[in-house]
Amino acid sequence: MLEVSTLTKSYQNPQGPLQVLNGVDLRLTAGHTLALMGESGSGKSTLLHLVAGLDQADAGEIKVAGTSLTGLGEAARAAYRRDRVAVIFQQFNLVPSLKVADNLAFQARLAGREDTAWLALLAERLGLASLLDRYPEQLSGGQQQRVAVGRALAVRPPLILADEPTGNLDEHTADEVMTLLLELVREAESSLLMVTHSARLAARLDRQVTLSAGRIVGDSLP
Amino acid sequence: MIERLGWVLRTLLSHWRRHPLQGVCLLVGLWLATGLWTGVQALNEQARDSYDRAAGLFGEDNQSVLVSPGNQPFDQEYFVTLRRAGWPVSPVLQGSVTLNGPDGAATRLRLTGIEPLSVPEQGSVVGTIQQVDLVGFLVPPGRTWIAPDTLAELGLSSGDTAQLANGHALPPLQSLAAVPPGMLLVDIGVAQRMLDQSGRLSQLLVEGAFAANQPPLPEQVALRWDVRDEGDLQRLTDSFHMNLTALGLLAFIVGLFIVHAAAGLAMEQRRGLLQTLRACGTSLRLVVCALLLELLVLALVGGSLGVLSGFALASLLVGDLAASLRGLYGAQVAGQLVLDSQWWLTGLAMSLAGTLLAGGSSVLKAMRMPVLAWARPQAWRDAQARSIRRLAIMGVLLLLVAGILIYVGESLLTGFMLLGCLLLGAAWLLPLVLSLLLRGGRKLARSPLGHWFWADSQQQLSGLSLALMALLLALAANIGVGSMTEGFRLTFTSWLDQRLAADLYLRPESQAQADSIEQWLSRQPSVQAQLPSWQVQSRVRDWPTEVSGVIDHPLYARRWPLIEAVPGAWDQLAQGRGAVISEQLAYRLDIELGDAIELETPDGIWTLPVLGRYADYGNPKGQLLVSAEQLNQRWPGLEVSSIGLLVDEAAISDLVAGLQDNFELGGFSLIDQAALKRYSQQVFEQTFSATAALNTLTLGVAAVALFTSLLSLADARLSQLAPLWAMGLRPSRLAWLSLAQMLMLATLTCVLAIPVGLALAWCLVEVVNVQAFGWRLPWHWFPFQWLTLAGFALLAVLLASISPVWRIVRVGPTQLLRQFAHNA
Repeated sequence: MLEVSTLTKSYQNPQGPLQVLNGVDLRLTAGHTLALMGESGSGKSTLLHLVAGLDQADAGEIKVAGTSLTGLGEAARAAYRRDRVAVIFQQFNLVPSLKVADNLAFQARLAGREDTAWLALLAERLGLASLLDRYPEQLSGGQQQRVAVGRALAVRPPLILADEPTGNLDEHTADEVMTLLLELVREAESSLLMVTHSARLAARLDRQVTLSAGRIVGDSLP
Repeated sequence: MIERLGWVLRTLLSHWRRHPLQGVCLLVGLWLATGLWTGVQALNEQARDSYDRAAGLFGEDNQSVLVSPGNQPFDQEYFVTLRRAGWPVSPVLQGSVTLNGPDGAATRLRLTGIEPLSVPEQGSVVGTIQQVDLVGFLVPPGRTWIAPDTLAELGLSSGDTAQLANGHALPPLQSLAAVPPGMLLVDIGVAQRMLDQSGRLSQLLVEGAFAANQPPLPEQVALRWDVRDEGDLQRLTDSFHMNLTALGLLAFIVGLFIVHAAAGLAMEQRRGLLQTLRACGTSLRLVVCALLLELLVLALVGGSLGVLSGFALASLLVGDLAASLRGLYGAQVAGQLVLDSQWWLTGLAMSLAGTLLAGGSSVLKAMRMPVLAWARPQAWRDAQARSIRRLAIMGVLLLLVAGILIYVGESLLTGFMLLGCLLLGAAWLLPLVLSLLLRGGRKLARSPLGHWFWADSQQQLSGLSLALMALLLALAANIGVGSMTEGFRLTFTSWLDQRLAADLYLRPESQAQADSIEQWLSRQPSVQAQLPSWQVQSRVRDWPTEVSGVIDHPLYARRWPLIEAVPGAWDQLAQGRGAVISEQLAYRLDIELGDAIELETPDGIWTLPVLGRYADYGNPKGQLLVSAEQLNQRWPGLEVSSIGLLVDEAAISDLVAGLQDNFELGGFSLIDQAALKRYSQQVFEQTFSATAALNTLTLGVAAVALFTSLLSLADARLSQLAPLWAMGLRPSRLAWLSLAQMLMLATLTCVLAIPVGLALAWCLVEVVNVQAFGWRLPWHWFPFQWLTLAGFALLAVLLASISPVWRIVRVGPTQLLRQFAHNA
């Protein structure tokens, strides 16, 4: 599903280039879930952004479901983000001017894969069925994150990328959202790559990988 | 692809549903910008159409004619002589008539008599003749052809008859599109009857090809070659219309500032939305397409409203415009707007171009940011701070260009470029200057709250800078144009007091009447002096010029102020040793004291040294004064054009009554000094009424720009104020502090606008007016006017701030706490 080979990435800052990823190799098989952990600045969000096609690597290769991101132009990367992956952000990033129902269907519509039955099921499972007519600002943080999860799943992408999806939620709500996310990822037959600081949540995923100073320093797989 | 574009567009447009007031403000900006611009263009187009109709009536612009040396009516026997000699000439008689409308209001119109069978074929009137019932026109009672707009203005319809003030009844009216506004076209015989000019003509039209070589006239025909002066109208009024265009453009730019501010802030608020769209797989190209489509929709809605309002505005102002063009240039402009589809389409295109200009830059700016940078809350602000520095650099460059233009500019266009560079340069420099002032304020602050006050004001600057620039532009324009107008008013009034030395002015209808009047006047003990003058319409180096012959009288030296003159100028003039010329003629043709002017006379070339230069405000033509005796020698047979009378003040009304009884003089043939002053001042007021209206509207637009910015910033404002509230400041205190910040920023802008406005006034007086009209006004200071304007601006800012400030007063703890939740 996901193959990352010798990936490197650096950013320019006033003090000179800052190496964020330094030859990362990672594989994730279809239908599996992986937690990416590490201290702040270890490069985990950068890795997620590169896999999401939001940024471009300096060197190395990323392949998702057989498609290599190397050399893809802006439009092709946009098509990749639309069809192959879906991102769940810590800040939810819902469209404030659209109702919950429209937010749920948002990416599926862009991808031309709106499935009303699947959307209704998602809304039901995520406990959003009675909130479809509301705007995001009328929801609690937990409810907003459920909408973000639903939006990502609505398109049934092969790979779901989550950047601290429960970072803004209390422990109880985070557990609830996590349970739903894992269930629905399984039902959608997608894979999940999730960045998290929480060892407790990471433990619920199939595999845990730890990054430090841009290198993989730990992997739960032998 | 189309479906995806639809979804993206729908998502973008949903922003306006959530922020309807912001959308309204953007549309208001577009609406005002387009409305003011198209309104001005409608006025210009209306006037130009009228000039074209007048110029094209009998032929091309430079239609050759034969006129009497003094441009007075002549015997129609000349026409008969020339026709017999085989000349392709056609008679015309023109004069002013007063028509009593159905509501009793008197309207002055130009009555033109033609002989339709011999009119040269090049004119628009010929095409008309071929399409209408010519027999009806020629056979009694005949027809009066009139422009449809003039007919509508009079409240009459085709087939109606109308009564002239002199008692004659016009033949039945017939509406014809080719007739210029303000003109009545009748058969030559009818015109002679209506104007009491039996057997007289005012000019002979000559067929173009025949007139090309201007063959010599038979000896017994005392006429001279000339060209119809309607063609000069376009030239003479160009400056007037260019001034209007410049004002319209200024209003358009200020309106676009609103659009720019609203579009930029909408973009900032949609930063997250754009990131989400991109993250969800929308390509950059699709986002750009959707943003441009959104702008197109907004431009069409705002532009349509603007074009409709522009039409309404022009309809309101066209009456004043027509009156001032008539007063200044003698130009007849239709008082009812008739605009073609091209005007409507151009208005919409202008709105679209303006929207792209004002809104497109934020689209481009956002597009240049990498997708992940949108997630950084400070990204936009950083970009704004950089743009303030960039703007300041461009502002300095523009001011340098303005400085260069002062020295090298030699045309009206460079004059307007100078104004544009000055205004835009100053506006672009404003945010940096304000930022530096606020930084200075912060250094002086002692208390923590004072420190916050200045620092926070500086932070507000990026969001408010566009609105403040609009305020600076509007204020500077008001101060500049106001100073110029007031200066002109002062100069014009005192100049009228000096120039209108005689107590009564009369225009005899013929030399015979002039002789009788002179004899009668010489028997009146109350008449201290008679000042007859003779006039010839001529050209100096192809510029239309009026040559006036004046008698030797000490009054001229005493009451006719000269800007500069050689010693004993009036004595030399009386002896026929030169001429004094108007300031605009001197400027237009670059004539200095002592230079020689060459005038073409029936007697050959007349060379006249320039003895002096005098102000002649409001006269678009050049003018020169020469000795009456010399003028009559060079142009034999000239008739007296006007007679000025010095009369004992107590006897004026008796003398007027006597002249009216004995010579049936009335209307414009006999006018006293006070009436003439009233009329001149009325023309002056009408001329500047459109300017004043546009200026006031520009200030209003700037207030709307501020309101838009404050409203758009209101959401972000709460998150900035919430920490202070948490630290113990009450919402009402925060509201007062916010209001004080706004007023402080506006006051600083007002203070900076005064020197910019004065620089603008200087450019108008010393550069634009000189280029446009050929006269230079003395400089005046109007501090009270600046204070009044600053007061109005602060009031406008206060009004614009009320709603956002009230929102802070009313804000509850829940809303403030939510700011912390959002920031978490």
